[in-house]
Amino acid sequence: MSTATREGVVRGRLGDSPPRPDGVAKVQGSFAFSGDLSADGFLWGATLRSPHPYARIVRIDVTPAWRIDGVAAIVTAEDVPGKLTYGLISSDQPVFASDVVRYVGEPIAAVAADHPETCRRALAAIVVEYEVLAPLTDPERAIDGSHPPIHALGNLIRHQRIVTGDQSLVGEVVVEGTYELGMQDQAFLGLEAALALPDPGGAGVELFVATQWLHEDRTQIAACLDLAPDKVRLTLGGVGGAFGAREDISLQVHTCLLALRTGRPVRLAYSREESFLGHVHRHPARIWMRHHATEQGVIQRIEARMVFDGGAYASTSSAVLINAVTHAQGPYKCVNAIVDGYAVRTNNLPCGAMRGFGVVQACFAHEGQMDKLAATCGLDPVEIRLLNAMETGDALITGQVIENVAPVAECIRRTAALPLPTEPVGGRDGNPLHLPGGAGLTADVSHIRRGIGWGVAIKNLMYSEGFDDFSTARCRLADGVASLKFATSEVGQGFVVLAPQIARSVLGVDDVLLEPIDTTIGSAGSTSASRQTWMSGGAIDGACRLVRERMFEHVGARNDIDPVRLAIDGRDIVDTMGSFRVSVVEATAGLAFEETFEHHHRPTEELDENGQGNCHTAFVFVAHRAVVDVDPELGLVKVVQIATAQDVGVALNPMSVMGQIEGGIAQGLGLAVMEEIVLTDGLVRNASFTDYLLPTMLDMPTVVATMIEIPDPMAPLGAKGVGEPPCISSTPAIVAAIRDAIGRDLSRVPVRPADICLP
Amino acid sequence: MAESQHYVLHVNGMPHEVGDAWVGESLLYVLRERLGLTGSKGACEQGECGSCSVLIDGELICSCLVLAASATDQEIVTIEGIAPVGSPTDVQDAFVEFGAVQCGFCTPGLIMAAHALLERTPQPSETEIREELSGNICRCTGYGRIIEAVQRVAVSRTDQR
Repeated sequence: MSTATREGVVRGRLGDSPPRPDGVAKVQGSFAFSGDLSADGFLWGATLRSPHPYARIVRIDVTPAWRIDGVAAIVTAEDVPGKLTYGLISSDQPVFASDVVRYVGEPIAAVAADHPETCRRALAAIVVEYEVLAPLTDPERAIDGSHPPIHALGNLIRHQRIVTGDQSLVGEVVVEGTYELGMQDQAFLGLEAALALPDPGGAGVELFVATQWLHEDRTQIAACLDLAPDKVRLTLGGVGGAFGAREDISLQVHTCLLALRTGRPVRLAYSREESFLGHVHRHPARIWMRHHATEQGVIQRIEARMVFDGGAYASTSSAVLINAVTHAQGPYKCVNAIVDGYAVRTNNLPCGAMRGFGVVQACFAHEGQMDKLAATCGLDPVEIRLLNAMETGDALITGQVIENVAPVAECIRRTAALPLPTEPVGGRDGNPLHLPGGAGLTADVSHIRRGIGWGVAIKNLMYSEGFDDFSTARCRLADGVASLKFATSEVGQGFVVLAPQIARSVLGVDDVLLEPIDTTIGSAGSTSASRQTWMSGGAIDGACRLVRERMFEHVGARNDIDPVRLAIDGRDIVDTMGSFRVSVVEATAGLAFEETFEHHHRPTEELDENGQGNCHTAFVFVAHRAVVDVDPELGLVKVVQIATAQDVGVALNPMSVMGQIEGGIAQGLGLAVMEEIVLTDGLVRNASFTDYLLPTMLDMPTVVATMIEIPDPMAPLGAKGVGEPPCISSTPAIVAAIRDAIGRDLSRVPVRPADICLP
Repeated sequence: MAESQHYVLHVNGMPHEVGDAWVGESLLYVLRERLGLTGSKGACEQGECGSCSVLIDGELICSCLVLAASATDQEIVTIEGIAPVGSPTDVQDAFVEFGAVQCGFCTPGLIMAAHALLERTPQPSETEIREELSGNICRCTGYGRIIEAVQRVAVSRTDQR
């Protein structure tokens, strides 16, 4: 459709990459993140945390803290007015531990005071007497029952089996392996922070908070505070990244409780160490897989056992596990399978959502298997993957048929067609920064070996297992200006730029205003599961289309034209069967149209006891090829290039899609060779950015990316979610490249120097 | 609090009196909480991430590592002092235009670092950009768009000469 009119083209429509509306404020430092918010007469809050992974609390004495000048409130479990526990799926996590602590960093009390230093002194003065218990840290002991329950709900969070097809089939070729993944942290930069403002008399509370899901937070907070949900009002504080770590409650209830207790505004913010302890992480996992195939390499049967360490509380462990077991086959055809998955409770840090949500773990295992299969069958990594590539119409091992566009082979072929790096080992300029070890000047070019590796992934989009997932949006069009209202958390992904693009495209307007993101409209669901473009994008699109219908009815009635003949052309409403043309601005002068729309995705089912059922909503696909340079003697790795072709449906904002691709690859690289929360007997060894290493600009390779644009008929705008795929198969691709470089069987991420250079 | 101090900081060309401040406060804390300059961000508290970068006597410094009471005789420039609100610099414009901003938490620190880099090295190679900005962690972008934004500024500054 032509967008040209007499006045030119509406800029910033779908398919363009307009500047973010929050961009100038962010580059100038004037954008208010949740930790930047303040209020007259506010108090600082702080949290007392357990130093032990597992202990009985014998006694808590807060009286010494009251003797410190400036302390305004001290709250413990006794002060929680409502429900004593919370949780996204299972309400198993105490607001404050009172009888037992189950992980290092578990909150026991919170204080409010006049200065952060006063808070620190007050926390230090609180006496907690513990009877230290032997922690449960081995997930296998949670499964075999050899450790007494550490929680009333038991040590097994969920077991799910998938059984399908012929269980007696033995392949001509059989390969097996055991794969392990360490605990990854989301490590968003904007630390947990919130500002709570109490209503007079404690009748309610207003909370400004960085979160992924305002309405779910509100439900959980209201229950713990024993307030009606409409007495708890949430507004999104500027969010400094999320990646899954803000899907669960952290400081929300504590901040509100302190504000209600003191009758004053309270600011609570975590330190980096607290952030490592105070939010959920990516599940460490141990996965055994055995693939049966023909001599030619066609997969016939998969056996797998997956163990996910959920840590002390359930969070979303049961959903993470389901993603893992249902993605065990990867993006490959397979009709016979038996998969056993366990999510267990231990005294390690609680785990839950992180970008990729269970599929990261499954993919690391199935891609390791694909390379083993290729080697055994005498195929290369591309051939084995093309041979088995899934297509639309194929069934998963759950019996669910893939109805989405499924360009697996195209992802692989288009990735393979991307140019390999032309620079030699060490680069053209001889700068040591191009070598493994970089500025450490440890590597010698002659020792470096280059390797190439592959990873391909399938990922479900949106929520699963019967959850009625929806998003709400409102559009108001008045005097040629659209305003949009939604509760969709903007965490950096750019929904605030996409939503106006949709409105401009549907309504032919230039000016789109965004109303505050808060709980005064219906839920948008969580900014997770790569779902907001599909779900909230669908809701915005729906609301704007309803408004357009109303506008066409009005214009049609006024001009005696059947409204179905009207269409938007650039900034104008035109009669598609005549010569009538009027600008949207003119047509809406002095008028206002307002509509609200709820977008629901299609219903899904729970899995039965054999793991059969249409449990997922939709699927997306991606391929990655990694090139690495390795110093095999020192165990150092430099990732040189990542090539990727990603199934995106439609790139509604190509620059944002590229940002997701590159950003996700950085996190995949981190898991491959750098990032792990190291725990010893439940104690965290590296809760800081000095000791938990994140990829810097020097660690990131060149990314060459292709977007595969085949509009998905199931998606409201033809566009699939793009956030998670980049961090799923980039990790196995990098590890495969290291294996290729050094000829060793690496089965654990992050790959550590010792894994490469020691026997 | 007992250990309180009065001193004057010179920030963005203006003297700022700091009264009744605990002596242990970092420069980052005082800038944000006492002077209301919240553009500098705290993300690691140990000089690893660069989010709190400011210029002290022209040198790029992590303000979380500096005791505020020790910075009294120095010229401090924060993100708020780089350009007036609503009139972004070429670097700031490029960050927005070329997609270098997602959540934006690391952005003020990166803007400070990018300005400092282009001051010292007007035509940085890609390797120089990567090295000079490697003290600033970004968790969202994977850095590709940031590198592109800095390169675009370097090119446009040359073109204008």
